[in-house]
Amino acid sequence: MTSRLSVFGLLGLVIKRDLLLAMRRRADVLTTLIFFVMVVSLFPLGVGPEPDMLRKMAGGVLWVAALLSSMLSLPRMFSADHIDGTLEQMMLAPQSLTVMVLGKIVAHWMLSGLPLVLIAPVLGLQFDMSAEAIWVLMLALLLGTPVLSMIGAVGAALTLGLRGGGVLVSLLVLPLTIPVLIFGAGAVEAVSGGMDAASNLSLLGAFLLFALVFSPFVASQALRISME
Amino acid sequence: MSMSEFFYMNGYAFYVWGSYGLALLVFLVEIAMVRNRRKQALRQLRLMNDDGEAA
Amino acid sequence: MAINWFKYSAPSTFYGLAGKLTPWFAWPAAVLFAVGLYIGFFVAPTDAVQSEAYRIIFIHVPASILSMFLYLIMAGYAALGLIFKTRLSSMMASALAPTGALFAFISLWTGALWGKPMWGAWWVWDARLTSELILLFLYLGFIALQASIEDPRRADKASALLAIVGSVNVPIIYYSVQWWNTLHQGSTIKMTGTSMHVAMQQSMFTVLVACWLYAIAVGLSRVRSIILEREANTQWVKELPEVKQ
Repeated sequence: MTSRLSVFGLLGLVIKRDLLLAMRRRADVLTTLIFFVMVVSLFPLGVGPEPDMLRKMAGGVLWVAALLSSMLSLPRMFSADHIDGTLEQMMLAPQSLTVMVLGKIVAHWMLSGLPLVLIAPVLGLQFDMSAEAIWVLMLALLLGTPVLSMIGAVGAALTLGLRGGGVLVSLLVLPLTIPVLIFGAGAVEAVSGGMDAASNLSLLGAFLLFALVFSPFVASQALRISME
Repeated sequence: MSMSEFFYMNGYAFYVWGSYGLALLVFLVEIAMVRNRRKQALRQLRLMNDDGEAA
Repeated sequence: MAINWFKYSAPSTFYGLAGKLTPWFAWPAAVLFAVGLYIGFFVAPTDAVQSEAYRIIFIHVPASILSMFLYLIMAGYAALGLIFKTRLSSMMASALAPTGALFAFISLWTGALWGKPMWGAWWVWDARLTSELILLFLYLGFIALQASIEDPRRADKASALLAIVGSVNVPIIYYSVQWWNTLHQGSTIKMTGTSMHVAMQQSMFTVLVACWLYAIAVGLSRVRSIILEREANTQWVKELPEVKQ
């Protein structure tokens, strides 16, 4: 019966399951969001409240904070399934592990990336950003945060079950996310500087497609290595 | 060119010798590390061998 | 003839070969360092604009080149080990990682010491220095991952995957940093004039070759220790004269 499951059916199933599990532990999702809001709110306290300066650094600050908060939830991506044995069952299943990993990535993004995109406008107002800049920021986060989840999935799979995995995964993943940071923050800066953000956004889109094609496969290979 | 002039590097002595000094230090430290690792590995193996013979 | 290659891909035969080869790389490295620096300090003329400070490039540029190539070579060995399951390739990858990281460190340090007299600041967010810093982070990630996994087979495979992902990312990172740098009009280290003096080129090239030989010599001798550590339970290791004595 289950073997007749289509790829999209399988994908939907994994996503639904992960979302359901997360809804039972809502605190985890909120933690990431609160962390994001807190880090962003700390910056004006650190550098001073001058609106000109805040407007200038808004894009960079929001992006760095998004990067850090998406690292926060990475160790949890596979660990619960690893501990209760679900992951092992997934590997033994006749269905494609790559598709299941993609489902987990999508669920992870919906729980840790999407909330950031939605809360970003409020934080943008704190930094006195223009309406246009806020739109571009949201668009850039919408394109960029899935890439963070995808690169993060590879790191999370490689460090599965290791002592100190939480810090280690950030150490591995953060350098790889630098292009996303550059073009994400660059898009916002371009708009605030009166230029067009299209080239930044299309490069982010290209990263997204590139990561979408490769990262589920690489992450599933990493899981196999870690589970051997 | 005299010795002191050479070491003075036209006022850039700190930068030039700081660069080459650190590079030399890094090379020497790495060579020492490699030697030490070999010594440790061999010591470990000899210990294992002795245990094996005693048993 | 193909059999000969495979013969040396066994750790037991490579251990002896590496031991014999190491001095053949180490001594020429030492000689070439001396020759290259002699040309650099006594033959190459003083630069019109940068005065004597430019002499830092004779170590800065070779160290930068080495750090980048060693990452790719390391990733190549790691990939070979992952795909063909040749243990020796994985061992070579982990033997090269510390050397590459150290070259990246030398490159950053000498870059800072060059930047101070040229730009008046120890650190400038120049595209090349920034990429070099990120490269050092990638090396540290590789070493940290390998150090935190106890089972050597899993460590090899996991770090190989990381190195492959890293090396796919290296060009993307490099070009995005460059793009970012031109956008912010950062400064870039440039040699004055259009052409470098012949002696400068000779010195830089000689030191570059010396660095290559050094890296090979250190890599070979480190891989011998790794072989001993990993193959500790095999008969051939127990029968080595240096172990038996």
